[in-house]
Amino acid sequence: MTAAGPKKFMFVNRKAPYGTIYALESLEVVLISAAFDQDVSLAFVDDGVYQLKKGQQTKGIETKNFSPTYRALDGYDVEKLYVERESLEARGLTADDLIVDVEILGSGELGKLMDEQDVVMSF
Amino acid sequence: MLHIVNKSPSERNTLESVLRIAQSGSLLLIEDGVYAATRGNAAEARLRAAMARLKVFALLPDLEARAVADRVIDGVTPVDYAGFVDLVAEHPSCQSWL
Repeated sequence: MTAAGPKKFMFVNRKAPYGTIYALESLEVVLISAAFDQDVSLAFVDDGVYQLKKGQQTKGIETKNFSPTYRALDGYDVEKLYVERESLEARGLTADDLIVDVEILGSGELGKLMDEQDVVMSF
Repeated sequence: MLHIVNKSPSERNTLESVLRIAQSGSLLLIEDGVYAATRGNAAEARLRAAMARLKVFALLPDLEARAVADRVIDGVTPVDYAGFVDLVAEHPSCQSWL
């Protein structure tokens, strides 16, 4: 990687939020990347779409509810959030069920966007 | 883009998602991912269909370790570790799917 200009980073999230640490770790890396002024986007695929489900109440499992962080991402200039339509539909969800505004893309559109990235990290 | 998959298609949906999303470039199957490259496995038809869009490779040491190097689907290219490195170097980007 050269020092010249920001790179396009995409973080691909494919895991549900509390069963494993991946979703939280991805958020941490997203925030670090944004702090380095990179061009950051997030994609939510498969069970990753559950990370954005509205109304998470984690008191009962004594775990930090990190879903409000997705709403704060635009404060870090992370505004490109993509959700794969097929994954959303396969889980009986719609855009109205999500905690943030996202762009919903078909599989092929998301694949093309991935091809345009300099760096893609999978979580 | 080079897509790298290391999980068996019977255990995880990773391969299925890659085949749905990836539009062009290459797919490299490593570790338990190599089972997808074997004749008669449940993902064979989907893998064959994707070969119109993606070049498919499988890591030979992982095939050999699992005793399936003689069952590789036609059109899948076995590569050694040096071939793995070449693939990474030849593609502008790569994604190791979790």
